[in-house]
Amino acid sequence: MQGKNLLELAGAISSGAVRVVDLTFTLSPDFPVIVLPPEFGQAAPVRIQEISRYDGRGPAWYWNNVTFGEHTGTHFDAPIHWFTGKDLPNNSVDTMPVKDMIAPACVIDCSAGAAKDPDFVLTVPLVEAWEAKHGRIPERHWVLLRTDWSKKGWRDYANLRDDGAHTPGPNPAVMKWLVEERGIIGFGTETIGTDAGQAGHFEPPYPAHHFLHGAGRYGLQCLCNLDQLPATGAVIVASPLKIRNGSGSPLRVIALVSAD
Amino acid sequence: MLQRCEACGAFAYPAREACPACLSAALTFVDAPRRGALLAETTARVPSDVYFRERAPWRIGLVRMDCGPTMVAHLHADCVEGAPVMMSFQLDKSGQAVAFARPERETPNMADDRQWREMTADPKFRRVLVTNGRSLIGKEAVAALKAAGAKTVFVGVSEPWRPFAGEQLLRGQQGIEVVTLDAADEKSAADLAADIGGKVDILVNTTEYVRPGGLLDRRGTSIARDEIDQAYLGFINLAQAFGPTMRMRGADGINSSAAWVNILSVHALANWPAFGAYSASQAACLSLSHCLRAELRPGGVKVMNLFTGPVDTEWFQTVPPPKVAPRAVAQAIVSGLKGGLEEIYVGDVAEEIRQRLAANPKALERELDR
Repeated sequence: MQGKNLLELAGAISSGAVRVVDLTFTLSPDFPVIVLPPEFGQAAPVRIQEISRYDGRGPAWYWNNVTFGEHTGTHFDAPIHWFTGKDLPNNSVDTMPVKDMIAPACVIDCSAGAAKDPDFVLTVPLVEAWEAKHGRIPERHWVLLRTDWSKKGWRDYANLRDDGAHTPGPNPAVMKWLVEERGIIGFGTETIGTDAGQAGHFEPPYPAHHFLHGAGRYGLQCLCNLDQLPATGAVIVASPLKIRNGSGSPLRVIALVSAD
Repeated sequence: MLQRCEACGAFAYPAREACPACLSAALTFVDAPRRGALLAETTARVPSDVYFRERAPWRIGLVRMDCGPTMVAHLHADCVEGAPVMMSFQLDKSGQAVAFARPERETPNMADDRQWREMTADPKFRRVLVTNGRSLIGKEAVAALKAAGAKTVFVGVSEPWRPFAGEQLLRGQQGIEVVTLDAADEKSAADLAADIGGKVDILVNTTEYVRPGGLLDRRGTSIARDEIDQAYLGFINLAQAFGPTMRMRGADGINSSAAWVNILSVHALANWPAFGAYSASQAACLSLSHCLRAELRPGGVKVMNLFTGPVDTEWFQTVPPPKVAPRAVAQAIVSGLKGGLEEIYVGDVAEEIRQRLAANPKALERELDR
């Protein structure tokens, strides 16, 4: 690729010929976080504490101290997050290849199914049907599961009941297949977690985490604005914070979309 | 409590160096019989003191105690000259203990007396914020305060997206307003104070974060951090958000702000290693409560600390009885406010630790280590 093409890209972004879509929720204490059974350790919630705001604590400047767990807000999962990926090389956010932070995406629209059933699962036949329409999922592409879940109010978004969360996600077979047969670079969702709310009862439990991270692939969750992406052709920029041996991080996820 | 002579048994008031009857120096403070008779009463119409000038006319009287001494006392409006009265020491708005005479027998709406209400923090007619409605104690506190005649009970609920048991008991009830409050979040506390800070007459801090373990049975600091985040920093956020306005409103008519209530583990006083890090977080809150008490005092707002042993809740599942019922804590909150108390101990464990600590702190430390 020649330097000229990069300048063309920059020009296209600047002119609007390439649209930049923000796929990120605002990082705030109000945003739901994953709820584990209380006997397990919990993600620290997002906290924002003012250091000064043009006041006696700092007359000309405003700034905050911010604390949060690695898996809060719109966030990235690295392979080291799961036991299946714990021994892989370069498996944490600080060591993963930076080139993996930019990759194209296939967006599978399951919003109709998810609207009918909060426990909707993505299956191999559903992806095959998508491929019949849009072509085979190329290697090293993100697969993003559009459910329009991000448009819900927070209570329906978390959708917690006595037996846990009820939110859509992939079934074990489709995750294994996407990783092994399609060689995807990662899987992204609008919900809290790449897995379905009830995925703890799947075999294996949490199949998205299990298969993605076991094969050195990545996860993205709590995405929004997936409805603004085409089924194919969008390029995702997802660069997590470079946290030492970090298992993930909140991040700004953007998509580049050709306007034509 | 009055001084009594160990030699001759005579009661002395005011406090003295030697018994006025037999000159013995052995005077100890004991609970004295409360009954007395109102000898004389008067009404101060133009008091020189600025506090009482604002509240004039103000009735005071001389009470001859059945046990001997004669005392000047603030009078309940239903006290009649010559009639028997019941005496108590109450903390006035400045935190000073003063003698107060009430009729011997209950009279209609006795607790509504204007002078009595100055000495107490009765929830009746007042608006109360219960900071955490998710906990059992929080829900019981809401019910008890409502039953005690609170005009409005605001109930804080953190993470409103997260359902919890008993939620329907709070939502849509007359006089109960569910509000979003995560005390550990600076902005959440500040936002709520912006909305209702001027209407909170009593704040009941029902923050509850109990986890077992001391130092060696835990790995790392994340649980300890949560404990401090919830209990200690939550306390600071609430104090900074609501405290200044409450202090300003200490004399705001019948609905004046009146009290701040903390629910503390009695193990704030003496560490219980089985819940050792939790005990430490409670000790931090206890210390902070004394600071808050001093800072709220200029506004006449009381700080009441309620000490309890293990409560009958999920996180004390493994602890054998006796445990305190959440309802007992809630009832103690109300009775403490009605009495205008600064400290209240609920249940056998709390009471025992209070007494053991006074008697022999080192022995108590050894006893808790098992």
